[in-house]
Amino acid sequence: MIYADNAATTALSPKALSVLVHHAKNTWGNPSSLYAHGQEAKEVLEQARTQIARCIGAKEREIIFTSGGSEADNQAILSAAAWGKQKGKRHIVSSAFEHHAVLHTLQKLEKEGFEVTYLDVHADGLVRPEEVKAAIREDTCLVSIMYANNEIGTIQPIGEIGAICREKKVLFHTDAVQAIGHIPVNVVTDQVDMLSASAHKFHGPKGVGFLYVRQGVPVRSLIEGGAQERGRRAGTENVPGIGAMAAALQEAASHMDENARHLKAMQARLIEGLSRIPHGALNGDRDRRLPGNVSFCFEGIEGEALLLLLDDKGICASSGSACTSGSLDPSHVLLAIGRVHDVAHGSLRLSLGEDVTEEEIDYIIACVGEVVAYLRSFSPLWRDLEAGKKAFIL
Amino acid sequence: MALYSEKVMDHFRNPRNVGVIEDANGVGLAGNAKCGDIMKMYLKIEDEVVQDVKFETFGCGSAIASSSMATELIKGQPLSEVRKLTNQAVAEALDGLPAYKMHCSVLAEEAIQAALQDYESRMTKEDN
Repeated sequence: MIYADNAATTALSPKALSVLVHHAKNTWGNPSSLYAHGQEAKEVLEQARTQIARCIGAKEREIIFTSGGSEADNQAILSAAAWGKQKGKRHIVSSAFEHHAVLHTLQKLEKEGFEVTYLDVHADGLVRPEEVKAAIREDTCLVSIMYANNEIGTIQPIGEIGAICREKKVLFHTDAVQAIGHIPVNVVTDQVDMLSASAHKFHGPKGVGFLYVRQGVPVRSLIEGGAQERGRRAGTENVPGIGAMAAALQEAASHMDENARHLKAMQARLIEGLSRIPHGALNGDRDRRLPGNVSFCFEGIEGEALLLLLDDKGICASSGSACTSGSLDPSHVLLAIGRVHDVAHGSLRLSLGEDVTEEEIDYIIACVGEVVAYLRSFSPLWRDLEAGKKAFIL
Repeated sequence: MALYSEKVMDHFRNPRNVGVIEDANGVGLAGNAKCGDIMKMYLKIEDEVVQDVKFETFGCGSAIASSSMATELIKGQPLSEVRKLTNQAVAEALDGLPAYKMHCSVLAEEAIQAALQDYESRMTKEDN
């Protein structure tokens, strides 16, 4: 099997697995208990907090452990909104292609009287800092822009946006779920106030993540209960998961340069190979993208059929077609970069793992070419395009 | 559990009656590219019987399987039977479809009924 869906989730690293099992077996005390067995668990939490904070340039007390990226996104946005409401600021700036954990939280706030400006991400899938600046108003309480997009992998100018927000004294949150562990992220140089991350995107376990909140930024607990996480996240902590997350992030951070170098070479080979398929196009900027992300649209075919046939050939990938999302519309990300419906249905996302080989890349290229040609061979849409009854878009 | 039944996967992987009938006397189209599904049915009807049927489909796995199964159900059948074909029959023959994929079977029914109408209007023109 060639697993090329690392943006969906990653395999647990052997190191993270051993830490997870070790703490599940041995460090099962409640970190809030005062006897030694509880305090050992507390020690695991605090060590993990230190390790994670160091990886992103934060202080220990600025890390809140959560159940994952979605919870962190919800907490960041709802905290900023609650603060804004108190100050009479009910305007938020975000982008059109955020993750649903952000978009649906913003939509909920819109129903409660907030106004949200969704910035255009242009054909290259990049937010323009000057457009962020222009969108900020007197009553803006928050700017939330993702670090890197989950479907097309484009890396946003977070440092520039951070500087603008700091200057304008507006809170800045970034959903960094796809970026953390893959590209260098530093909350100080990026001037970020809040940042969301999820362990299973960097070879840690599922069901655990963290929210970075800069010291002094008002944050509210989403869950009522005990005083865990200094009152900012109730509930007994997932000690094994948190320990494993920290181990995975440290491992990812220490191999980041070599991983990125290898992935960029594999990415280039894959993009070049898939570009030879006629009437297809890369989605998002060629260079400002995550090292493992390759996203294409192919005209005249539908993505789910493509995925099923690739699965038969042992390749795990993903698509933004309507049929894979269970809705009538294709991915909002592809629509946001201006792909029309006909084309967006034929999308393919390959998110490579660090251990992918040249041979595997060549096999993927051959299989995608074969499957696309096969599906086009009996596609009435492709027939119309080839006969000139419809104009090619790509 | 797999997304689709074995039957759906079989008809998706090995679709029956794929292609075009050059001298078809009934051609029907259903769906549109915006929604991500287009089915085109070609019928060769002689003596009120579907002598041959072929299809082309742009769409997902269940759309391709639904088209394939629908062609199997009507091949060699008299028009009186073909007119009675419902999307339910297509879905049942496939051992069921997920609820949000039922529209694929509806498209198959629509494409076949459209092809029949095309045939009938051609016959009327010939009679005139």
